[in-house]
Amino acid sequence: MVEILKELEDRFQVTDLVQQKDHLAFVSVDKNKAIPMITWLKDQAGYTSLTLLTAVDWLEDGKFQLTYMINNPKKNSQIAARVMIDRENATMESAHHLWESIRIYQRELKEMFGIDFPGSPEVDESFILEGWVDIPPYRRDFDTKKYSDETYFPRPGRQSNDPAEYMKSKMYPNE
Amino acid sequence: MDYSLTKFLWTLLGLFIVTNWGMLMSSTMRRIIARVSGRIGIPWYQPWIDLTKLYSLRSQITHGTMFYLGPVFRLMGGVGMFLFMPMIFGSNLWSNYSFSGDLVLILYFQFFGMLGMALGAGEGGHPYSAIGISRGLSQFTTIEVPMTLAVISLAIQYDTLSIAKIVEAQQGGLMHWTLFTNPFATVAAMLSLLGAFGHSPFNLVKAPNEIPIGPPTEYHGTFLGVLRTNSAILHVAEAALFMNLFFGGASNWFELIIKTFLIYFWSVFVGTVFPRFRIEQSVVWFLKWPTIIGIIAIIIYL
Amino acid sequence: MEREFDKAIKEMYKEKFLAPENEVRQVSAPDGSIIEIDPLKDYFCQERPKELKPRKGVVEDFLNWARAESLWVLGFGTGCGSIEIPPLVTPRFDMYRYGVQMRPTPRQSNVFVISGYLSVKTLKRAIRSYEQMPSPKYIIALGSCTINGGMYWDSYNTINRLDHYIPVDVYIAGCMPRPEALLAGFGKLKELIKSGQGEKANEYARNFDWYKANQKKIIRDWNMPDYNW
Repeated sequence: MVEILKELEDRFQVTDLVQQKDHLAFVSVDKNKAIPMITWLKDQAGYTSLTLLTAVDWLEDGKFQLTYMINNPKKNSQIAARVMIDRENATMESAHHLWESIRIYQRELKEMFGIDFPGSPEVDESFILEGWVDIPPYRRDFDTKKYSDETYFPRPGRQSNDPAEYMKSKMYPNE
Repeated sequence: MDYSLTKFLWTLLGLFIVTNWGMLMSSTMRRIIARVSGRIGIPWYQPWIDLTKLYSLRSQITHGTMFYLGPVFRLMGGVGMFLFMPMIFGSNLWSNYSFSGDLVLILYFQFFGMLGMALGAGEGGHPYSAIGISRGLSQFTTIEVPMTLAVISLAIQYDTLSIAKIVEAQQGGLMHWTLFTNPFATVAAMLSLLGAFGHSPFNLVKAPNEIPIGPPTEYHGTFLGVLRTNSAILHVAEAALFMNLFFGGASNWFELIIKTFLIYFWSVFVGTVFPRFRIEQSVVWFLKWPTIIGIIAIIIYL
Repeated sequence: MEREFDKAIKEMYKEKFLAPENEVRQVSAPDGSIIEIDPLKDYFCQERPKELKPRKGVVEDFLNWARAESLWVLGFGTGCGSIEIPPLVTPRFDMYRYGVQMRPTPRQSNVFVISGYLSVKTLKRAIRSYEQMPSPKYIIALGSCTINGGMYWDSYNTINRLDHYIPVDVYIAGCMPRPEALLAGFGKLKELIKSGQGEKANEYARNFDWYKANQKKIIRDWNMPDYNW
């Protein structure tokens, strides 16, 4: 694991190396070097299996964080590559030439976050939301409660309680 | 042949008895299957309730003329089989409209309903119907092979194609039944019967899990009611055919009910024990052992 | 403030969605002339549902008894509650003894058990299936998600109140209700049918425009006829 991380540092100038466990490490990599690095990991270092591709919305920083988690089945070790991309006109290079299955993740990210992957097959087709017109729902500036209230005829009279407060008032009313 | 009104009315009465007996038999069999898996099962009168409900639905749609005619043809297959089958041996009124070559006609009617259903369900346009039809026709074609071989063997043995004469030749005690005089033909026919009734090893045509219900996917309401009425008639008629050919016929209704019940129970018995075949397995199976046994049954009499 | 990219997305989804096979297109006829085909109009029946009046008196009572004792359930599990339906055919619960049977196709079923939450995508399929069922038809709504949205009440993609989209006969509350509760729901439905109150299919036909407006409000890629015969 250590040798691989050293080599990644030399070759692709990765930063923020965090080794969470013996077999799990996180690295940050520049947007332009992400796909070459994954390709090298897959072709040269034996990290042949894609575990997942997911995104995090850093609204305050104006960034999306993409996480490519890939797995080496022989050594049972995982490397997760974190890529920060701009939130405005979020676009990322597609990796569907490496794994067939990644296009599903890319299609989902396009729909849920609005991150575009030009050239990825079927990326523009609707995945779960059919005919969605609002901003992509997983973006943090999307107010899901407000949208639900406006769209889905909420039944009046619904109360919600904080579970901890509620149980405390029920079970220990004197404290 | 007797074409009097009395005969016609008695035949209608026979059809009524056979329909109701068929429905009672199917509910009894479903109760037996339920008991095997530890359930109570449907009430014995459930088929009549289902029929009443199906005939009383308010909205129905059609896909065209053949869609209408499909269930009608299917019903004709069942009723035709009944019409030309001597039900009770020795009774003129209960022997329906049987004649000297009725065995060939009945074999044809066995297939006729299937073909009509294929045309009708095909017009329904549902892909599962098409899959069910192709499976049903290919399986039924292979069922016919051992069945026909057994019938040919019987024709050689008894030198006739009249069911009444075959029954007549089996009278005079248990050992005169075809079951004992021609066991190979009986075995081949009883194996093909498993497919004809469509219980478990060979119920892929209507496989409710994979292709929702097969050919009748689009049928509902009265159409489905007609199909269910037909299946009640067809099951008894088919069991009665086997009873006449191999088990000495019946000299009264009580004997007919016992024998048809046991013949139908044979397919249910196998069905509760064995899981379902895929279509290529069932086709190969019918063309292997039942066919070989059927050929042996013919060779013996050559 | 609207960003440029969001604008682009809105632009893309602005026009009504149509599956490619349902778009209006030019086709050359066998005689060489060019004809225009609008599949939604030409291939589907445009007729609205009709109110089908029940028969009168003892006859209808008898038929209602038959309908109540022969409930055929459509095997369409929409949400997590669909896991509560398979136990009903096991020896422990055995719904067959009450005349409740599973049917695999909407054409042959009378009861639609909406089992749990409905996403917009599933709601579209549920409406299609419901409209294909022959009348009289009944709906059992299973779980609190169908009543007020349940734990998905503020979700962006699941509906809150089922009765705004299709008429519901019986609600079964709980998250999830156990199979016993489902059996009790079938019992309640039987009572309703026998007392002649199972006429929700006619109510659907009567308030057809209201239901369609609600459905079209959330199903934006409406690529089917207004009533699926």
